[in-house]
Order: sequence, then structure tokens, then C-alpha cells
Amino acid sequence: MSSDWPLWEVFVRAKGGLSHRHVGSVHAPDAELALRHARDTYTRRLEGVSLWVVPSAEIVASDPDEAGELFEPAESKIYRHPTFYDIPDEVKHI
Amino acid sequence: MASKAQVDAPDAVRVEYLLRLGDDSLVLGQRVGEWCGHGPVLEVDISLANLALDLIGQATLLLNAAGDGDRLAFHRDVLDFKNCLLVEQPNGDFAQTIARHLLYTTWQHLLLQRLTNSSDRFLSEFAHKAVKEVAYHRDLASEWTVRLGDGTEESSRRMAEGLDWNWRFVPELFEVDDIQQATIDRGIGPDPRKFEDEYRSAIAAVLSEAQLEAPAEQRPILGGRRGHHSEHLGHLLAVMQFLPRTYPDAVW
Repeated sequence: MSSDWPLWEVFVRAKGGLSHRHVGSVHAPDAELALRHARDTYTRRLEGVSLWVVPSAEIVASDPDEAGELFEPAESKIYRHPTFYDIPDEVKHI
Repeated sequence: MASKAQVDAPDAVRVEYLLRLGDDSLVLGQRVGEWCGHGPVLEVDISLANLALDLIGQATLLLNAAGDGDRLAFHRDVLDFKNCLLVEQPNGDFAQTIARHLLYTTWQHLLLQRLTNSSDRFLSEFAHKAVKEVAYHRDLASEWTVRLGDGTEESSRRMAEGLDWNWRFVPELFEVDDIQQATIDRGIGPDPRKFEDEYRSAIAAVLSEAQLEAPAEQRPILGGRRGHHSEHLGHLLAVMQFLPRTYPDAVW
């Protein structure tokens, strides 16, 4: 049964203005039921106002073996962080 | 059989109507809840538990409006339950559960849409809240009916058998007895006969998409609203009522 069903990654938008965030995954035979399973599994406690489901097989992931060359060069570049100026209070969700 | 006096007393009509709707939700909620931990896959298990909780929530509101909800749910005997026979039918396999849910919640959805205009303020407010929940139930049951009906040879056979089991309990949903007539006269509840055609076409549309034939018409079985239940309800209540009846002072 569920092992025959493809896996879908679930993204929830908590409220208007926020991005969809990855929350987990569900098994489902097709996209329509994946949305319903995602709704029943991940939005039972008012967690969201919008859902995305994406076939897990369609996700292209970076290779952990390449983590060094991909990510470590960013470590020594503090000037890329927006910490050298003040963010106005009115700007939300930064 | 309803006595004349019952029909003439306005509050008795209202209470009786609340019991019918409340018992429908309570008994179907308990039935669907029996799947908890036994669903065919984890996602479906959670999905069924959600449906059950919606129904128990509806029952809580309706039975508390009719009286002491807990006493009504846990300390009434089987002959005093006023639910329709459809909701007490056994779960069978997943397809039979889905067939029952499709046939009941399609009716319930059409009813609640109209009940939002009830002359009774509580029922109107209740219907506004519950109609969205039930729209989802109807939609999910329809989706599964289509997938099982238009699925494999086995799933299609099981779906057809599930519909066949539950089909004879549909006419009761459209029965109008003295109490139902009194609710119609007072604007408390809608006349179900007025949406029977819409119901039949809605079910036919789902079955057609599911590549299923409508079951052959069977002799209707009636009587749930008068407390004449199938043998299945007593077993359901025995499980549901055991704890509060054995330990009347039990608290969470």
C-alpha cells in the first residue's frame, strides 16, 4: 500500500505574507490526494493558509560530498551579512 | 412512533430534531473512530481520525443544545438513539466505510446548506460552522470513491460491494414523519424531499466518474429515527458507553 505510493514533500504557508516552508512529507497515490493527506497531517492545528505538495523525486538535492566546496567559502565573508546597518522596526519577517 | 403530544409541544420537536442530527454525528464519529490505529496506511489513518473528530465535535454541540450532552451520549439506551440506520452500519473494509461516508455526508452537506437558514438561531449558527467541515468530508469521500471505483479490479469490486451494502439505508434520509413535518412547518429544518433529486444526481455523477453502476434498488429499511435500530448499534454503544457506565465518577 503506502510503500507503493510515491512520496510528496509538503510546504505550508503559515499566513499571508510569509513564504511556504517545508514541514515534512506524505505518501499519496496522486497529487490531489497528496494535498488532502498534507491538509490532514500538517494543518490540523491551524498551522497554515496555503499548501504546496511536490513529488519528492522531483527535488534535486546537493551532494553532501560537495558540501565543502559549496558552502565553506561563504564562512569567511562576514561582509555579506546585513549586520552593518539598522533595520527599521516596520520591516517584518527578516 | 411519535405521539401527538410530542409533535404539539414546540420544544419537544426541537429537542427531537437536535437528537436526530446529534446522534447521526455521534454514531458516525464513533464508527469512523474505530479505524484509529487500523487505517490501511498512516496518512489515511490520520485522515479518518480527523473526520471522526469533526463528527464528535458536531455531536458535542448538538447534544449539549438538546440537554446534557455527556448523559445523552453515554447513559442512553439503544432504543432511545435517533440516528439514521446508515451511520450505524459496520465499517467493513475501507471501501465500505467510504461508501457510507459518501452517501451520508453528501446528504448532510445538502441539509446543512439549507439549515443555515433555519429559524432556530443555534441551528443556523451550527450549520454555518459545520457546513465547511462536511463539504470536506463529502469531497474526500467522493475522491476516494472515484479512485477505488476506477482503480484495480479488486478495488472496483470492493467499492461496488460497499455501495451495495449501504444503498438500502438511503431512503430513510428523505423520510418525513410527524416530527420532521413539524420542523418543516416551523422553519427549523428543511424538507429533505426537496433536495432528493439533487442528492441522487450528485451521487450519480460521482459513480459515473468512478466507472461504477448505481446499485439495484433494494427494499428500503427505515426506523432509526424511531429507535428501531439494526443489531450493530448495540455493539457500538457497548464499546462507547462501557467506561462512563462502569465508572460513573471517572474524570480525565
